[in-house]
Amino acid sequence: MEMLKSVEMMQLRQDIPTFKPGDTVRVHVKVIEGTRERIQVFEGTVIARNGGGVRETFTVRRVSYGVGVERIFPVHSPRVDKIEVMRRGRVRRAKLYYLRSLTGKAARIRDEHR
Amino acid sequence: MKKAILGKKIGMSQWFTPSGELLPVTVIEAGPCIVTQIKTKDTDGYEAVQVAFQPVKEVQVNKPTRGHFAKANVKPHRFLREFRLVNIAGYKIGQEVRVDLFSEGEFVDVTGTSKGRGFTGVIQRWGFGRGPMTHGSKYHRGVGSLSSRAGARTFPGRKMPGQHGRFRRTVQNLKVVRIDTERNLILVKGAVPGPKGSLVTIKNSVKA
Repeated sequence: MEMLKSVEMMQLRQDIPTFKPGDTVRVHVKVIEGTRERIQVFEGTVIARNGGGVRETFTVRRVSYGVGVERIFPVHSPRVDKIEVMRRGRVRRAKLYYLRSLTGKAARIRDEHR
Repeated sequence: MKKAILGKKIGMSQWFTPSGELLPVTVIEAGPCIVTQIKTKDTDGYEAVQVAFQPVKEVQVNKPTRGHFAKANVKPHRFLREFRLVNIAGYKIGQEVRVDLFSEGEFVDVTGTSKGRGFTGVIQRWGFGRGPMTHGSKYHRGVGSLSSRAGARTFPGRKMPGQHGRFRRTVQNLKVVRIDTERNLILVKGAVPGPKGSLVTIKNSVKA
């Protein structure tokens, strides 16, 4: 078991900032179009982190043109160029799926005071 | 067979390629295997290389086997297996066979003993459907019809209940994703027969 863990450890990225559900992040994703590679930015609220080790993923939600868009990224994927944490939010649960049924003012998240 | 090595299945995991693809991989601790005997046409009637894998305490090996190891001047090991290689010229007794036998990107065949499931019915073993469990049905998980009326007999090869699993199985054309020479690990894309901790043989692919 430890052997399996150590194999997975090799792949973990050290350059990922700590972020939690409720935070607003900007994810820079490498997109391959034919032969060209470019970087696409996806900004939104982290509503969940799932799994552990190399398998860990996070879900980012944003509302664009009135339509909710959610993208799931593997945390340690080489396709994630970088993650910027824009705001820290104060939330009281680990999964913010309730945001899906809220819009406008109600869907705001309070800033974390520290 | 051109080359082969013994290994222990560690388990399955996932591996990112540099382009960001996530591959399912099986981690195998392969080798080091030590050559204990070389069988030749003159002495044994056929050509093979015998290797030992997984060192154990001397008491765990019976006396005749202990003598066999002593003859090769090798410490006792749990497994002794023979490979009938095409070319045995390069092998010497006491020589180590390591994971660097294989390289990344190569295709291999992996042989192991599949997970034993005991004597199972036809539903688990062959994927048959079942009858209704309620509503007065008296036909639940049976084998169903064995033939047609015109057949008038049961043809050989009919799928029936029986031993499921614990068979020697080979999975062909698995890609070697990564080799870790330091920890003697080999990562192959896809699944490999057998439970974790079981003995597997990694060979060069016969088809690629």
